[in-house]
Amino acid sequence: MTPALSLLVREWRIARRIGGGASVGVVFFLILVAVMPFALGPDLNLLARLGPAILWIAALLATLLGLDRLFQADHDDGSLDLLINGSLPLEVVVLVKCAAHWTTSALPLVVLSPLFGLMLAMAPLPLALVAATLAAGTPALTMVGAIGAALTVSLRRGGLLMAILVLPLTIPVLIFGVAAASAASGGAAPFLSPFLALCALSLAAIALAPFAAAAALRHARE
Amino acid sequence: MRLRAWDLTIERGGRRVIAGLSFEASAGLGLIVTGPNGAGKTSLLRALAGFLPVEAGGFALEGGDRERTVGEQAHYLGHADGVKAALSAGENLAFAAAMLGGGSSRPAQLAALTALGLSHVIDFPARLLSAGQRRRVALARLLVAERPVWLLDEPTTALDAAAQVALAAIMQAHLKGGGILVAAVHGDLGLDGAQELRLGSTREAAA
Repeated sequence: MTPALSLLVREWRIARRIGGGASVGVVFFLILVAVMPFALGPDLNLLARLGPAILWIAALLATLLGLDRLFQADHDDGSLDLLINGSLPLEVVVLVKCAAHWTTSALPLVVLSPLFGLMLAMAPLPLALVAATLAAGTPALTMVGAIGAALTVSLRRGGLLMAILVLPLTIPVLIFGVAAASAASGGAAPFLSPFLALCALSLAAIALAPFAAAAALRHARE
Repeated sequence: MRLRAWDLTIERGGRRVIAGLSFEASAGLGLIVTGPNGAGKTSLLRALAGFLPVEAGGFALEGGDRERTVGEQAHYLGHADGVKAALSAGENLAFAAAMLGGGSSRPAQLAALTALGLSHVIDFPARLLSAGQRRRVALARLLVAERPVWLLDEPTTALDAAAQVALAAIMQAHLKGGGILVAAVHGDLGLDGAQELRLGSTREAAA
């Protein structure tokens, strides 16, 4: 097995055996979406209009929820030393770990979002398009979150600081994500241009964030 | 091949832990780093592995791969042993081998664990192992991936008498094969003809 593949398999195995990550994110997502109709009242039109924004906020918070442990678990048990002096460049390590994290925590949200959207009285086409915007936008959330996770890797209770550091950087993703998703459910703006901006944000984050996160990890070793 | 350090100065949190240290570790001769608690043994090993910045001086692996850092040619085994609790002993070794260079087959993992008297737990999750057994899984990493430099920080921690003998044997074999060994210890490692590097005295004189 190549080093990158074996790292990916290891991350998947740990995620599956420890649980946590994926299921916590999905349950948190479900709780937020399920509580909304009770808070907003039984106005179906209002729910359908707010649905995309609710799904996006829920996805943003659920993605950030498990990210603080992304590097911290490896830092605590010493396996980060192994990753740093291993045969993979640290940037690739970051990318692979993010890919594993995205597939175990964000992908289930994307897959389940149409189901949860039903609770918000959304129509079939908007449901599919919201899922598409989540699929296009959540990689950016994971990658930007990885920078925060790397910066706070050696801090106890770094999760809160990470959220404060990362949340402002995720606002553009949220704006374009909700813009595209609302257009899908009958808003005034077109769908394609915010959707393409969302794709661009994700691609830029995938290209740039590994360097920032790897630099932060190297410094955190002190 | 030899590991040479010159005028090495390392600071931790603004405090000079190691000042102007020079030494050589030649292939085949182990270098044992001793000294009281806080003398800078761990700092020295972590700096050699590339995890701590060096304030002044430097170190190099002469006769090693020029394209790679010393850390990338070294096994570093510290207090946190890098054994993942959720994975089995075999999975831990397979990952370490893939990461540290060279793939490892199950027979290779078994041989490494057997050398440390631990072959029966290859499929056990590491979280069910005792502290000494986890330590031995971490030590088995040294055998599944071949690297010329071993940097071991208190490798005998939590090991029973039999495991200490096994550890001495694999260290002897590594040195006999032309490897370099730098180990920080308090007790006796059971290595014949090892050089000793004593830390702490110079710093006390300066302070």
